Amino acid sequence: MQNVKGNQVETNVQFLTAEDAIAKIPANGATMMVGGFGDSGIPEYLLQAVMNRDEVTELTIMSNNITEGSNLNELFLLNRIKKAIGSYFTTNKAVMKAYNEGRIDIELIPQGTFSEALRLGGSGIPAFYTPTSAGTELAEGKETRYFNNREYVLEHSLSADVALIKAYKADKAGNLIYRKTARNFNPLMAMAADLTIVEVEEIVEVGELDPESIVTPFIFVDVIVKRVVNA
Amino acid sequence: MKLESIRHYIAWRAAQELKKGIVNLGIGIPTLVADYLTPGKVTLHSENGILGVGAAPAEGFADRDLINAGKQPITQLPHTSFFDSSLSFAMMRGGHLDATVIGALQVAENGDIASWAIPGKDVLGVGGVMDLVAGAKKVIVTTTHLNAKGEPKILSRCTYPLTAKGRVDTVITEYAVFKIRSGQLYLEEIVAGISLDELKQITPASYEVSANLQRVNAFDLVK
Repeated sequence: MQNVKGNQVETNVQFLTAEDAIAKIPANGATMMVGGFGDSGIPEYLLQAVMNRDEVTELTIMSNNITEGSNLNELFLLNRIKKAIGSYFTTNKAVMKAYNEGRIDIELIPQGTFSEALRLGGSGIPAFYTPTSAGTELAEGKETRYFNNREYVLEHSLSADVALIKAYKADKAGNLIYRKTARNFNPLMAMAADLTIVEVEEIVEVGELDPESIVTPFIFVDVIVKRVVNA
Repeated sequence: MKLESIRHYIAWRAAQELKKGIVNLGIGIPTLVADYLTPGKVTLHSENGILGVGAAPAEGFADRDLINAGKQPITQLPHTSFFDSSLSFAMMRGGHLDATVIGALQVAENGDIASWAIPGKDVLGVGGVMDLVAGAKKVIVTTTHLNAKGEPKILSRCTYPLTAKGRVDTVITEYAVFKIRSGQLYLEEIVAGISLDELKQITPASYEVSANLQRVNAFDLVK
């Protein structure tokens, strides 16, 4: 039986500066998940550090959308993104233009299929059948199968070299909680990448987070970076 | 009648179909439905991860971490819960939503719907609507009867790319309410001021007139 005090707990989770965390990302052609929906839950501080490291380029981004005004959009404007996989790019005019000019490749996936592909990508399940998109253009070329007289589409799970996510608080073991609708895709991406880097607003002592309320257990976390707000 | 009044009438009429339960409202006219629901009876779900969507906050009280799927600021309610996107879509795809109200570019007499792409235009956004329509127990489409070019939107077959096949239950426009039962379209309600023949002329779909056809004074009904 283990009998451990909070201040003795050591996990594999590292606590680094944004610069040191981003230095771990493979330089050319990495696949990178980025959390957030609209303006909520985007790891803006980590993305700023990616922008500052020019070798991280030729990126394949998995993110629901590229929000205008966000640092993910800045990264796109720096021509560092070669492909984006997500559900909604229509409202970003610069992305539309780049797509038409052949400067970015886009793979469109329904939002529920995208989120489930992330969850299962981190769960050891390589593919799944969903009723979503059956009989539509987005199912063209995909395997389908009937269960109980309804058509389902075979979709593949997603994984990536790295996930950049945003949480509200981490404890010093690396457990995470989120805040309101800023949660969105973040806990799913934490599960689905080889290297999960988390931006948090606050780091608290082990024991300060209610174990019943922890959303992402530290097993899914590699690096935690505390967001520093410039004065 | 001004377009804004028409949109509010359609939204009000959709709210009459939603007496209680859990509902997801799409963008456009469906967003207006919230104004006409009985508070406390209908709980609103939003696909970015909230069950129990409250009204817009007072000016100056917007919270960046509290938004709906339309990316507008909202508030939380006493029974609100938050969850990740996968659980949110499990609620939708898994058949746990009592209804969804969505807009459409075209609806067909067999319940097919096209709502996300126009042929010849770039299609780089689908969002969550395919999951919503695939999963909700009841799919209510709210739309103006004609599009901005004056073309009919209720057709025998959709010509635009489909969102889903055979999933629509109810279509509500400023002129009429249609329901689809067993793959057959029925006219259930028509507003005063338009004849059955006139409606037929702007509705190139095969439909039967319900034995219980209602005639309503549409715009008098909106409080």
